[in-house]
Amino acid sequence: MGPSGCGKTTLMRCMNRLTDLNTQTKVTGNIFIGDRDILNTHDDINEIRKMMGLLAQRPYPLPMNIFNNVAYGLRISGRKKKRFLEKRVEHYLRQVNLWEEVKDRLRDPAAALSIGQQQRLCLARGLAVDPRIILADEPTSALDPISSQLIEEKFAELKTSYTIVMVTHILRQARRIADHVVFMYMGEVIEQGPAEEFFQNPQMEMTKSYLKGLFY
Amino acid sequence: MNRRKAEELFFRVLMFLSTTIILLVLCHIIYSILAAGLPHLNWDMVSKVPEGGYYFGKGGGILNAIVGSLYVAVGATSLAFAIGLPLALFMNIHLTKWKKLVNGIRFLMDLLCGIPSIVYGAFGFTLMIFFGLRTSLLAGIITVTVFIVPIMIRAIDEVLMTIPRGLFESALSLGSTKSEISYRVFFKQSIAGIITAMLLSFGRAIGDAASVLLTTGYTDYIPTSLNQPTATLPLAIFFQLSSPILEVRQRAYASAVILIAIILFISLLARILTYSYKKNKINY
Repeated sequence: MGPSGCGKTTLMRCMNRLTDLNTQTKVTGNIFIGDRDILNTHDDINEIRKMMGLLAQRPYPLPMNIFNNVAYGLRISGRKKKRFLEKRVEHYLRQVNLWEEVKDRLRDPAAALSIGQQQRLCLARGLAVDPRIILADEPTSALDPISSQLIEEKFAELKTSYTIVMVTHILRQARRIADHVVFMYMGEVIEQGPAEEFFQNPQMEMTKSYLKGLFY
Repeated sequence: MNRRKAEELFFRVLMFLSTTIILLVLCHIIYSILAAGLPHLNWDMVSKVPEGGYYFGKGGGILNAIVGSLYVAVGATSLAFAIGLPLALFMNIHLTKWKKLVNGIRFLMDLLCGIPSIVYGAFGFTLMIFFGLRTSLLAGIITVTVFIVPIMIRAIDEVLMTIPRGLFESALSLGSTKSEISYRVFFKQSIAGIITAMLLSFGRAIGDAASVLLTTGYTDYIPTSLNQPTATLPLAIFFQLSSPILEVRQRAYASAVILIAIILFISLLARILTYSYKKNKINY
């Protein structure tokens, strides 16, 4: 977390190499996922990106129906059997608590869903490619409080089986769901550590004043 | 406060006037064509090729030009689409890193859109001579394709440019290759706009006289192969309109009515198609 413009999103975009799209951006150093350096490698970039599901600030559903949105990731990785797809789509939609709401209108366009539902659909779509890590860039900032709560609850559940990297500028949200906190300011990591320690006993002056709400 | 009110009034009146003027002029054009053409439109006009003495006011119709124009326009639009769609997608997806290059291409396309069609006609003509072709349907289709490709590309490009970056990034994050994004995501999102682009190009293709003047030639027969010359509607109108005989001139207006009817029909068809394809589009 950190105030706006501090580089949270940029840091996250480095992780799934969306920074590649920008010619002006130079990324140096190493990014390790486990033992694997994903920055200095000639491995297939799509395979790297697939390891990480992205949940953006606002939902960007694909221009197709609800079913195909979730099935998209499976289809492009070559899984085309209808029965298999139906099973998996149901599984992932259930996982994000969307199944009950959409099971009778799977063939409706994704655009017909509310923003909150779209964001959960995007989460299901991301989970369907079976990532190890979920990158979430202020995933609740465009949502109403109830939808936000749903996403947060999901994250609390999912963090047992996935690594979740979440960007937020909402202090209370970080308190609610974080296990490990990285605090950034002006493009630099100021302090990081286990959530409890970070919130109870921050080391740096800047962190203290941020937690007190002196600047944001 | 008064000044702001006056300003508001001024612009209101200005907009009202310009809207009215445009509508009036448009209605007048259509009215005068219909008034001059409809009385002389009959079934023979659309179902028969010119018979002996047609150009002196005797029997027959302009089926040769109708069919010829449709051949040229459909052929050119399909070719231009086959070239234009991949290029527009390529510019917006694969070349996102090379902004200057893409802007260069856009500038070039805008430039090409502004070149009068007679220049394309002349270009097609020299090309034709170079390859030893004679005036033919093929030469016409190629020339008209060259003429409408920039229009097609820019029209599709404008639609693709409105797609938010977030959708591109989301699709990338799912592990899609750029080609998958092109045809599974961007194409679907912009299908309505692409149909409009095709329509726009088709309208230009079927309505243009100068680019076919030197390349397709003119004949009273319906072409049966690509090597044969063909008549086209704009030229049919042009030739008939310059006739000294009143009846032939009246038929020129009837031909214009037919041309307008074809364009109207294609537009309506495209609207209907667009409507059923639009439902999956996401409105950001």
